[in-house]
Amino acid sequence: MIDEEVIQKMMKSALLRLLGLVALIAVSQPGSAQLRIEISRGVSGAVPVAVVPFAYDGRGQPPLDVANLISDDLLRSGRFAPMGRDDMISRPTTAQDVNFTDWRLLKTDYVVIGRVVEDGLDRYLLQFQVFDVFRGSQVLGYQFKATAGNMRAVGHRAADLIFEKLTGIPGAFSTRVAYVSVVRDQEDLYRLIVADADGANPVVIAESGKPIMSPAWSPDGRRIAYVSFEQNRSAVYVQELATGSRKQVSASPGINGAPSFSPDGRWLALTLSSVDGNLDVHVLNPATGQKRRLTRNPAIDTEPAWSIDGKHIYFTSDRSGGPQIYRIPVEGSSSAQRITFEGRYNARPRISPDGKTLAVVHNDRGNYRIAVIDLDRKTTQVLSDGRQDESPSFAPNGSMLIYATGSGGRGVLAAVSTDGRVKQSIGAAAGDVREPAWSPYPAD
Amino acid sequence: MSRKFQILLATAVFVLAACSKGGTKPDGSEGAEGDAAAGGDYSSQSGLETGTVGQGTEYVEAGMEPGDEALIAETVIYFDFDTARIRTEYSEVLAAHARRLGVKSGLSVRLEGHADERGSREYNIGLGESRAQAVRQALMLQGVSATQITTVSYGEERPAVSGSTEEAWERNRRVEIIYSE
Repeated sequence: MIDEEVIQKMMKSALLRLLGLVALIAVSQPGSAQLRIEISRGVSGAVPVAVVPFAYDGRGQPPLDVANLISDDLLRSGRFAPMGRDDMISRPTTAQDVNFTDWRLLKTDYVVIGRVVEDGLDRYLLQFQVFDVFRGSQVLGYQFKATAGNMRAVGHRAADLIFEKLTGIPGAFSTRVAYVSVVRDQEDLYRLIVADADGANPVVIAESGKPIMSPAWSPDGRRIAYVSFEQNRSAVYVQELATGSRKQVSASPGINGAPSFSPDGRWLALTLSSVDGNLDVHVLNPATGQKRRLTRNPAIDTEPAWSIDGKHIYFTSDRSGGPQIYRIPVEGSSSAQRITFEGRYNARPRISPDGKTLAVVHNDRGNYRIAVIDLDRKTTQVLSDGRQDESPSFAPNGSMLIYATGSGGRGVLAAVSTDGRVKQSIGAAAGDVREPAWSPYPAD
Repeated sequence: MSRKFQILLATAVFVLAACSKGGTKPDGSEGAEGDAAAGGDYSSQSGLETGTVGQGTEYVEAGMEPGDEALIAETVIYFDFDTARIRTEYSEVLAAHARRLGVKSGLSVRLEGHADERGSREYNIGLGESRAQAVRQALMLQGVSATQITTVSYGEERPAVSGSTEEAWERNRRVEIIYSE
């Protein structure tokens, strides 16, 4: 028997939790800047998969339709064709209930089932299993602890594992994307936003009436460096995502731009200018202020990106006339070596997670497009088809590149698989979105 | 051709153009070769003695030239695609700005360099800076003190005109000259 006091307490606590949730949504929803991701080109022969609605064993409603989340993740990858729920003849939630003959008739290759079990106050277990329909056997089974608050993240994690099991490529659904949103009204409003890779949970981490640009993740995914003109001149800031605390790390006279964290997270490469406006790449230790100039050329040297081993820096330079990519060792005094030769415009290098390819902005017959350059074979492959595509950023599994493009006179984002087969269009309801930066895998 | 050389060449062309024009007024007539006293010397006119009013001539501040006010009203310098070379048509405008800064040493200018939206953003910050520096060098070669000039580059971040047309791009490749006391 429960006395009235306990019931009152429970209701009060539930109400407080609800209020807290409402407050969280109010601060974290930049509304119009939320991204919507759609597949504009999928792989022909995408793998048919059925993600059956998960069972729920607990009070009230489950905190989230996890099966739907997993199904959407797999769909957006372009490599899977999830079955609609109305087409499912049965909705098994346990292994014994899976009738492989039925699923074979429905021509699906894999079936995902699962359940959410309430395991205490705001404690849940998420269990799921993946079956190979033709072999008639389980290929994957997992269980996670979760709370109502992190159920989305756990669902994305499950989708990561399913994706990896079925494609051999680690999933990147549980990563995040930072981007800049600009709304031009009577006054311009620039916002730096961090959202889940599916566009959900957008959070404004910086806001200014003056330009914000060039967001870059630290390798542990806990900090973001960016450029802000909030003091009417450029300065580089590093911000902790968990606490929101921020440090101005570079505000030299002239240009402070293009920050990029070293693979060990201890150094920032960035662009600084001399008094006569010559831009050069420098490395800076943001903790100590120690600073070293790396390039010494009267041309524009900018947009540094570290090699995977942290020993070299790739950068854009117009020392030969137009912008091309060069590479310079971080230690020692060796001169820069030119990397790109195909086309008259190659800029803003980003190295793939396996270190084998370079994504660049490439002038393709008058159009600025995203291209990947194979560093061994020296071949250039154009992946995008817009007129002004820019700011390519690799997913941490190397399978996709997110970039900025234009659509209907507005800045939008898009993503393309590095083999060019899958394309996503990523739109926001209002204003321009630009400069996407895909996060590394979260540090556990 | 390196950017630095381009700037030097552009500056040289600009200075030559400015010299050859001398004190030519916008209407093409020969001016006072920079001698403001001659242009503003009203005491030699006979109007006061005879009781009729003479034609008069434009009065300008010492160090300035007739027509400078109109030239100084022009505060945006436009550039061709992917270059920081100052077009010769701006030589008189910049010479007038230089004279004003020479006369009023308490004045300073902020040169804001911009690029059109094409290409990568941080590279365009570099391009906007090169343009601001080209204007800075031109002013300094006309005798303006470095301490009177600051530069900033916004790259493609603050377009004057939105849109992806040739017209919009032309209006956005620019250096804005902004005065402050």
